[in-house]
Amino acid sequence: MSEHIVPVRVYVTIFLVLLVGTVLTVAAAFQDFSFQFGTHEIPFNTIIALTIAVTKATFVVLYFMHVRYSSRLVWVIVTSALFWMAILFALTFADYWTRGWLPVGY
Amino acid sequence: MSHAATQETHSHPALQHHFENMEQQREAGTLGMWVFLVTEIMFFGGMFLAYTLYRGTYGAAFASASNHLDIKLGAFNTGVLILSSFTMAMAVYFTQIGKSRPQIFCLLLTLILGLTFLGVKAVEYKSKYDDSLVPGRLIPNRPFGPEVAHEGELSEHKLHLLGNATLKQVELFYWIYFAMTGMHALHMIIGAGLLTFLLIFSIKGRYGPEYHSPVEVIGLYWHFVDIVWIFLFPLLYLLGRHFEHM
Repeated sequence: MSEHIVPVRVYVTIFLVLLVGTVLTVAAAFQDFSFQFGTHEIPFNTIIALTIAVTKATFVVLYFMHVRYSSRLVWVIVTSALFWMAILFALTFADYWTRGWLPVGY
Repeated sequence: MSHAATQETHSHPALQHHFENMEQQREAGTLGMWVFLVTEIMFFGGMFLAYTLYRGTYGAAFASASNHLDIKLGAFNTGVLILSSFTMAMAVYFTQIGKSRPQIFCLLLTLILGLTFLGVKAVEYKSKYDDSLVPGRLIPNRPFGPEVAHEGELSEHKLHLLGNATLKQVELFYWIYFAMTGMHALHMIIGAGLLTFLLIFSIKGRYGPEYHSPVEVIGLYWHFVDIVWIFLFPLLYLLGRHFEHM
């Protein structure tokens, strides 16, 4: 498998996408997007900010870091990072969110 | 996979004896760097976890503390880092196609942009120091104790407490802020050192289409540090801006 040379036009496009994402995330931060859903307040600002950040990060990983053109083994390693992060967050919040659900001494 | 490389009659001087050819050596290097980056992701992941947990618990305090950060400098630095990632990617490109001068120019530009980021960060830290926002008693004679603005009062240097926020909770935000941006800045400093190393050996003409693993691998590290900032900027600087008019 010979190495793939990413064309300059792809790098320029990704750079522009990242800049637009940054402008969007700043602009969105000054608007209040949160809304009520039943008794819950949905922090939609955070959801927008994180969606933009994840999108930007994905573009960097796929194109600047060449993962799109890399071997399956690199894909496995990259995915494993997300997998272990998911465990870290899921298990920790399984604890914190459920504290106080049962009476003390139960 | 290796049929192209076996045709090589003489091996490259940079080829280590335990690899069959340059292609295999490059792939192993890239893979090793990714494994290292996974450990880095887990390292920063712990801090992102702490952030998420305490922001969930002390939302109003985190918004108050975040609103005191300088959004213009933060946004400027985000642009600087994205541009530096682009020039780093271009440095890899020019190495791959064997254009030495643009390669050196791109590496130099990346280094300058990295140092610009650190300079701006230093200005921000100085302003937090002036406002007594460095948490705990890390700084002699200047323990954490910012002045708090009263209702309706507009002041750039005083802290505006929103809702039921307390100073103790604001301090927690600044612990996390300095830990995360500090670790990020340390990675930038290490990255600047690595770029200097690349620059010296690029000028000596060591890297080209045949051998460019070091440029590529340090590029991966640089992009990773950029990604960390892509998350840090909205999470630290932008989280409470929409409360400002309340």
